[in-house]
Amino acid sequence: MHSNRYTLIFTTLITMILAFVLSSAYSSLEDITISNIQADIKKNILSSLGFAPSSEAPWTTENVEQIFNESIVSFVIDKSGNVIPGKLPQDIDPKVDTDLYPLYKKIVDGKVDGFAIPISGKGLWGTMYGYFSIEPDGATAKGITFYRHIETPGLGAEVDKPWFQQNFVGKRFIDNQGNLIGIQTVKGKVDESSDEAYHQVDGITGATMTSRGLNQFLLKDLQSYNPYFEQIRKNIRS
Amino acid sequence: MAILSKSSKRAVSDPLMSNNPISLQVLGICSALAVTTKLDIALVMTLAVIAVLCVSNTIISLLRNLIPSKVRIIVQLSVIASMVILTDLVLQAYMYDISKQLSVFVSLIITNCIIMGRAEAFAMQNGPWKSFLDGLGNGLGYGMILIAVGFFRELLGSGTIYGFKVIPESMYAAGYENMGLMVLSPGAFIILGLIVWAQRIIGKVEQE
Repeated sequence: MHSNRYTLIFTTLITMILAFVLSSAYSSLEDITISNIQADIKKNILSSLGFAPSSEAPWTTENVEQIFNESIVSFVIDKSGNVIPGKLPQDIDPKVDTDLYPLYKKIVDGKVDGFAIPISGKGLWGTMYGYFSIEPDGATAKGITFYRHIETPGLGAEVDKPWFQQNFVGKRFIDNQGNLIGIQTVKGKVDESSDEAYHQVDGITGATMTSRGLNQFLLKDLQSYNPYFEQIRKNIRS
Repeated sequence: MAILSKSSKRAVSDPLMSNNPISLQVLGICSALAVTTKLDIALVMTLAVIAVLCVSNTIISLLRNLIPSKVRIIVQLSVIASMVILTDLVLQAYMYDISKQLSVFVSLIITNCIIMGRAEAFAMQNGPWKSFLDGLGNGLGYGMILIAVGFFRELLGSGTIYGFKVIPESMYAAGYENMGLMVLSPGAFIILGLIVWAQRIIGKVEQE
């Protein structure tokens, strides 16, 4: 039987050793992990805007950076949809600037080819983060991606699979009267003959809560950006 | 000279079949249900569990004569938890995409009874080399079941194996449908039950 003093010294020592091992592992891997996360966010913005890696040019941390700098313009808008000059998405302090929104514009041959906005909200187990991209008409979905979530693998986690994200392409989130109605994930398959099919996408079997959350926060985020896109739609009509 | 002595060999081979941690000891069921919807997730989960089991078993075995018996469980748990966090950090740094897919289940390895069970039942009584082999054997035994369950769930539930389509489009055209039940947890229970049944028949396990 070991004495109390021995037990105390032993547990203190083992705790200190383990804490040391973990914190040194964390700090030595921190840089790689952070650059992975940042590259992953950029990859998400790019793929929501229709870029895709090919077998000749797979995405690496370096060339993602390069493609991003070449074809994406980042800027910040306020809640009435006005661009704030000189401010970049990385300057936004989420605690202070709650009514400022980052926006990413894809430029191809000098023309706007789409917009990407960050989306986030509650799924089943926690907050989901992703990007939603919009065609230059300001009314049609161009793509959607998720880069961080803790949904159940095989169920809710299917939101980051191509089959689910492909559903959104070409769906409209504005109805014929010009009102924002969002895009709804339905149970099962979309009935293509229905009048509502233009703003509906196929659901994920067994992931009702994830889909319901997605419907809600997508609409909420689109509302925040609506003044900006309303302006774009108005300019196109006139 | 044999590389492994007879008893070392048994430490590896027993958990594969006659004393499998999932299908005979019925441990680690939670993760067997959660990460077996797709084969690739099951595979990485298996590797992570094998790594944690081998390392934690070895460390605990090295410390076995130093650990005061009244705090042994908490010491085992802190070693295991640290190894799991370490695995998670390494996955995040070097296999970022896969670590994203596994999401919370890597950290939940801490609560996997197999790891705790092997530390308490084996590593506390045996030397580091044997404990390492025991960890390897149990990890492989766990992984075998995970991969078998993952194989059937992905095949029947999504019509793919390791992400590749194996059910031809013509089958779908002829009215074949993926079995949605297999993607949900009950599907895993059913497959697991069938595996346990098959194994008890083959292994002629004595009825309790």
